[in-house]
Amino acid sequence: MRKKLNTVVEGTLLLSGNEAVARGAWESGVHFASAYPGTPSTEILETIGEEYDEIDAQWAPNEKVGLEVVAGASFAGARVLSAMKHVGLNVAADPLFTLSYIGATGGIVIVSADDPGMHSSQNEQDNRLMGRAAKVVVLEPSDSQEAKDMVGEGLRISEEFDTPVLLRMTTRVCHSKSLVGVGPRKEIAVQGYKGDIRKRVPIPAHARAMHGRVEKRLRELSEWGSGSMLNRIEEGDPSIGVITSGISYQYVKDVCPEASVLKIGMSNPLPWKLIERFINMVDRVVFVEENEPFLEDAVRARFLIEADGKNIIPVEGELNPEIVRNALKPGSVKALTWRPVDLPARPPSLCPGCPHRGAFYCLSKIKGSSTGDIGCYTLGLMPPYNALETTVCMGASIGVLSGIEKAVGREGMGRLVAAIGESTFVHSGITGLIDMVYNGNTGTVMIMDNSLTAMTGGQQNPTTGKNLKGGDAPVLDLEGLVRACGVEYVRVVDPHDLKEMERVLKEEIEREALSVIITRRPCIMSYRPKKRVVATVDLEKCIGCRQCMKLGCPAISWDEDHPDISGLLCWPNCNMCVQVCPAGAISKDLGGLE
Amino acid sequence: MTPVTNVIICGTGGQGILLASEILCSAARSAGNDVKKSEVHGMAQRGGSVSSHVRFGDKIYSPLVEKGCADLILAMEKMEGLRWASYLAPSGRLVACDLRINPMTVNTGLAEYPDIDAIMIEKKLPVSLVPAVEIAGELGNMKVVNVVLIGAVSTHLPIGLEHWHNAVRERVPSKFLEINLEAFRRGRELFGQAETRRTSRQVNR
Repeated sequence: MRKKLNTVVEGTLLLSGNEAVARGAWESGVHFASAYPGTPSTEILETIGEEYDEIDAQWAPNEKVGLEVVAGASFAGARVLSAMKHVGLNVAADPLFTLSYIGATGGIVIVSADDPGMHSSQNEQDNRLMGRAAKVVVLEPSDSQEAKDMVGEGLRISEEFDTPVLLRMTTRVCHSKSLVGVGPRKEIAVQGYKGDIRKRVPIPAHARAMHGRVEKRLRELSEWGSGSMLNRIEEGDPSIGVITSGISYQYVKDVCPEASVLKIGMSNPLPWKLIERFINMVDRVVFVEENEPFLEDAVRARFLIEADGKNIIPVEGELNPEIVRNALKPGSVKALTWRPVDLPARPPSLCPGCPHRGAFYCLSKIKGSSTGDIGCYTLGLMPPYNALETTVCMGASIGVLSGIEKAVGREGMGRLVAAIGESTFVHSGITGLIDMVYNGNTGTVMIMDNSLTAMTGGQQNPTTGKNLKGGDAPVLDLEGLVRACGVEYVRVVDPHDLKEMERVLKEEIEREALSVIITRRPCIMSYRPKKRVVATVDLEKCIGCRQCMKLGCPAISWDEDHPDISGLLCWPNCNMCVQVCPAGAISKDLGGLE
Repeated sequence: MTPVTNVIICGTGGQGILLASEILCSAARSAGNDVKKSEVHGMAQRGGSVSSHVRFGDKIYSPLVEKGCADLILAMEKMEGLRWASYLAPSGRLVACDLRINPMTVNTGLAEYPDIDAIMIEKKLPVSLVPAVEIAGELGNMKVVNVVLIGAVSTHLPIGLEHWHNAVRERVPSKFLEINLEAFRRGRELFGQAETRRTSRQVNR
């Protein structure tokens, strides 16, 4: 057995940014952590759950609840951490903006893992702007060592200046590994809960005073930041002065090691005195930052200087060394020896054996489609299903379906259903369903229950019977919940039973009343099949109709006039291809597996 | 100061790219280097393209390899190797598993899987195609394909043999240590000197 990381109290570890945040939380005596999974932040809580028993950690149904529970623990004097992806902070924005007024008793660090380049997200919002809007401290690590250190420093700032601290990471920092010096855990006692109405009840009379404290706090922090190690000047060639933060700093050091650099570690509030000193040191100022001109706009508005920034560095997309080289040293970009070749894309697809495949195959077969949501099943948009037409945010599939019906009626809506995973439904689909019931909608909501938060790598949720620490938890009764919302027609169907799946879809879409279909079968990541059985094709019987190809199964490829099923990829507990073959040419004995 | 070594490991989801890059990082560390690696999770886990950048040397800043600067690209699938070829340095080398995995775009008839070997020859890419799947089959465990490939590239990198052995020991569960060490040895001997029993298929020298 590998030793848990809480037994390693000295030395150097190769850690991802996320693992380093978990380590930082442990070393700085964090008592409690809560999060909803979201790429690229998920491994923070997973690592705490797996490696650091001293921290009480749990999955929340959504980011808003995740932040509220850590707020409560902070009120009781515990050191706390909450983690989320950038769009998760939108969900948690309501508690965040007022928590800023209330402040922290035990230190509060909130991790926002932004996704420049949208590796696995629906937008590219820059949450430094959220931090500025919420008037909280924003820290930006550029590697794993800083990620670990900034958790500790963030907690200290939080307690000293009575503020939540936003640790703004990006995908490249979260998912890059670098060396981190580690130490033991510092145990800190939980202070205990003491009521303080003036501090924690922002009725207008109190909130006005709170706002005053927030503005004073920001001024003090800016002053403090000019002397803090978080922000530093690296003196170099005075002809170019780069102001940068986060991962961009690493690219600058690689392509332009001779430049003078102002590395901003605390990007809200900005350390004005230090910035002024730097500007006066150098002949030309260049801002190198990913996405928004956050530093650039603020600094240029304050000091009214000429500078380069977003005129030479794109707002869109993730930065990389080539882009930074192009901007800082246009002449030095390397000529490529081998030009890129046009190749077929390799997009992600539903796994072999995925339960969602049955639902989308049937929906596509009856010429239906869906308003979609956030999860693996968003892949229902891909060919050959082409059965998902909208995605807005977590939970939106239901509201969007209602709105379409309100605008164009049942006729205009056609064979559209809402497609939402069970974890997303619990996250923020429930209120949409209550709205449908309350406002007299008649659509069909398909809750795709694979009993796992799958897209983010397979996390537990309130429907799975397990918690983050691997312990048993009560199983949320989805059917009961849906009925309690007022839905009369609730059907549960196994999406691998294609005939039944198709029949239920047709019946419920045609029903002139609101209905919920729960497609229930566990995600293939949640269990190990007992034995290895694979589907085989009888070439004598195959009529070359390509029906099996409509499943979009990665294990099935077309070889001239017949399917070829990969024994390596074929999932044991699945026989959907056997079911769709009209010639009986595909066989697979599931005996004992089901 | 030792120059920085830039490596890209690429392939498709589920091929063991992350373990391969962990072994490389451990070996580089064991040999006394600063190390950074970067990869992107998320949507890529569902059979999409996956890549991992590894950089090591005295001091590493960027975790990403710059285009035209990779000393080595290890591709677990040959089309993925071609996809990353523009990252190769003029003196770099591409070592690819002689394996074709159709992307869904090919399966669903939206695209054709190109003749990768022909393109590699036409572009004069410095490529070696390695029969790693065949070797893993001979060893009776398809899960060691990635370690065969790590063995194959080990002679191309400035890291001594003992550090590679340390790394395999550190990263592989003890139950599977023997077969992984054997897989590593079989891969490594493809590019060994006198003891080469089977040469890898050289598309271009």
